[in-house]
Amino acid sequence: MTGEIGQLSLALALALALVMAAAGLIGARADAVRAREIAGGAAMGFFVFTALAFGALMFGFVTSDFSIQTVAQNSHTLKPLIYKITGVWGNHEGSMLLWILVLALYTAAIALARRGSERLTAAALGVQGLLAIAFLLFILFTSNPFVRLDPQPFEGAGLNPLLQDPGLAIHPPMLYFGYVGLSATFAYAAAALITGDADWTRAARPFMLAAWIALTAGITLGSWWAYYDLGWGGFWFWDPVENAALMPWLVATALLHSALATERTGAFRAWTLLLAIAAFSLSLIGTFLVRSGVLTSVHSFANDPERGFFILVMIFVAIGGALGLFAWRAPKLERGAAFEPASRETALLFNNVLLTAAAATVFLGTLYPLFLDAATGEKISVGGPYFAMFFAPIFVALLILVPFGPRLGWRRGELKAALRTLTPGLGAAFVAGIAVFALTSPRSLAAAGAFALGAWVIAASAIDFTKRRRARALNLGALAAVLAHAGLGITLLGVTGTTVWRSEGLEVLAPGQSMQVSDTTLRFDGVESVQGPNYQAVRAQIEAFRNGHRVAMLAPEKRAYPAEGQEISDTAIHTTGFSDLYVALGDDRGGGRWVIRAYLNPLAPFIWFGGAIMALGGLAGLWGRLRRRFARTAASTVPAE
Amino acid sequence: MTPKKRRRLYFAVALVTAAAGGAALVVTALRDNVLYFYSPADVAQKHVAPGVAFRIGGLVEKHSVTHGPGAAVHFAVTDGRATVPVEFTGVLPDLFREGQGVVALGALDGSGEFVASEVLAKHDERYMPPEVVDALKRSGRWKEGQSP
Repeated sequence: MTGEIGQLSLALALALALVMAAAGLIGARADAVRAREIAGGAAMGFFVFTALAFGALMFGFVTSDFSIQTVAQNSHTLKPLIYKITGVWGNHEGSMLLWILVLALYTAAIALARRGSERLTAAALGVQGLLAIAFLLFILFTSNPFVRLDPQPFEGAGLNPLLQDPGLAIHPPMLYFGYVGLSATFAYAAAALITGDADWTRAARPFMLAAWIALTAGITLGSWWAYYDLGWGGFWFWDPVENAALMPWLVATALLHSALATERTGAFRAWTLLLAIAAFSLSLIGTFLVRSGVLTSVHSFANDPERGFFILVMIFVAIGGALGLFAWRAPKLERGAAFEPASRETALLFNNVLLTAAAATVFLGTLYPLFLDAATGEKISVGGPYFAMFFAPIFVALLILVPFGPRLGWRRGELKAALRTLTPGLGAAFVAGIAVFALTSPRSLAAAGAFALGAWVIAASAIDFTKRRRARALNLGALAAVLAHAGLGITLLGVTGTTVWRSEGLEVLAPGQSMQVSDTTLRFDGVESVQGPNYQAVRAQIEAFRNGHRVAMLAPEKRAYPAEGQEISDTAIHTTGFSDLYVALGDDRGGGRWVIRAYLNPLAPFIWFGGAIMALGGLAGLWGRLRRRFARTAASTVPAE
Repeated sequence: MTPKKRRRLYFAVALVTAAAGGAALVVTALRDNVLYFYSPADVAQKHVAPGVAFRIGGLVEKHSVTHGPGAAVHFAVTDGRATVPVEFTGVLPDLFREGQGVVALGALDGSGEFVASEVLAKHDERYMPPEVVDALKRSGRWKEGQSP
């Protein structure tokens, strides 16, 4: 029964998406008032039926309805409830349904918020409708989550234990809110090209911000998960799937900045449109890379060339269509106001050049192996050194310039005044660099430089904050920049600390034996058996001592999941907020002896802390925009006294 | 040519030069940082020089895993036609098993043993790295429709 409700809801959602696409695009014409009303109604209906389909699948998972193939292959009666729920998107079919649900959410938000002109909203709904049609067809024909199993199995196959983790429960929805949020920006950009409405950036701003916040949070969470779950102690692997999320983030960051200029002075009008198209195109390409199975990754649920082909066609139609529209309509755009070399526009221009260059290097490094394989059949992979080689100089340049942006005025800024204001920041950078070089070992010029850079950005954010507060000019938009830029600096400190000063140890220990990692002694006290809700674990007891004092008790585990027939290790991390002591349990070597791997990762928590601050900055910006809107609505409904 | 047009022309020339320079840099960097993927049979045929980093993939040969000294592990990777011995010091991935697919990153030493710096196994029971599937197909050890 559940399966049929889901199936029917999906079909109805498809019908409504067709109506929405047609009515929305017709509604872009000035006189088509009725079509605009229909598009708005269809948008809400599309959302309701998509939600119903998703609810049906979730119900199937929670009640362990193994007559649904997706449930049978990915769930198990013994799984804890939370992982039954998150298991809905821990597989290809369910995750694509989640994708559409998020698309429907954003569509409903566009229809309800009605930001910008009526024609712009209608056209944006029309474009969202086209995307919805493509994805619904994709689901119904290549990845239907409601396929029936007859006879139904007595028990399900379970969920990959690696995915049974609270971090992973929220990481995919977060990323989808980011990826799909860019579809709203894309829809507004296409709508602007269709209707010629130059004011689209104001309408699209909250969606841009929401997508960016979600991408930032999703990437941060994914990196944190890789750090503590995979047991290698690393936080970023330049894995193609990580790159697939990083590319839209880089372009969306560029977009946020360039759209600001477009909104304020009309500068970069065509470029901002192009970035909006590029950001969503990269989301689609990311989906293709992740879902088609062309790449080796924890994210490839299955290898199915048919699905890959379908997404590929979709990418070509979406990108080709949008670029065609751009080529046709963009030349008619009005040119914005001119700006001086020393102005905020120039700063934003540098920001955009550097961020797009970074995105381009990631793009080439990620896709080059695919091209080479298709062209010559040679199988290669591109290693971390390639990416590091380009990211280091690009981000150094970016971070040097970041503090200037907020201190320069629109159209014409005072570079000297900005430099004078930022002088304490230069001082902080100098002190931080010297201190790191003199006081830490191993002595590293790169670390000193990175710390100087981090201190520069953080101090400049603090200066900007105090100056604005004193001048009573601190609005939420300015606070967003302060937080996001400071977060970037904090992440830089974390990345530098972990990369330069990490120590590691790997030894086979018998109970009572110790190993040394930097200044920390780890004593292995043996293992014990533990029974979890749906797994059995071997838990090691490890005590950490520093200068003769016990500083931590660590209990890494190795868990066996009988339902799934898999084993995974669960690392133990003791964090002080400034450094992590990280221990993973390796193989059983017999006679009570175990392989133990330990890392001391100085400043590692800063990486994710910085990411969280950046996301918080985004939230401040979003709140500022929404509050303005609410204030306006309230003012127009409450009669003036 | 009006000054405005000339400025635009300079701008376009600068842009194209920068893009071309950037692309050239990227291609050179890619060439130097590429890791080739070889099956054990490729390794035997191509006489890969010691010290050149590459990735190797295939199945972990049955009964080939031995431990020690210390935290080191030795095993052999096979594609049915050739076998390459591998040494790895570290914690093996959770899904590392004899008879299962594996991809290792490292280089050959002077004696023909592959010293791995990283070992990746498949991430779940139903999934096999595409490169390994491909290597097995080429050696005829892969049956279509076989669930990995």
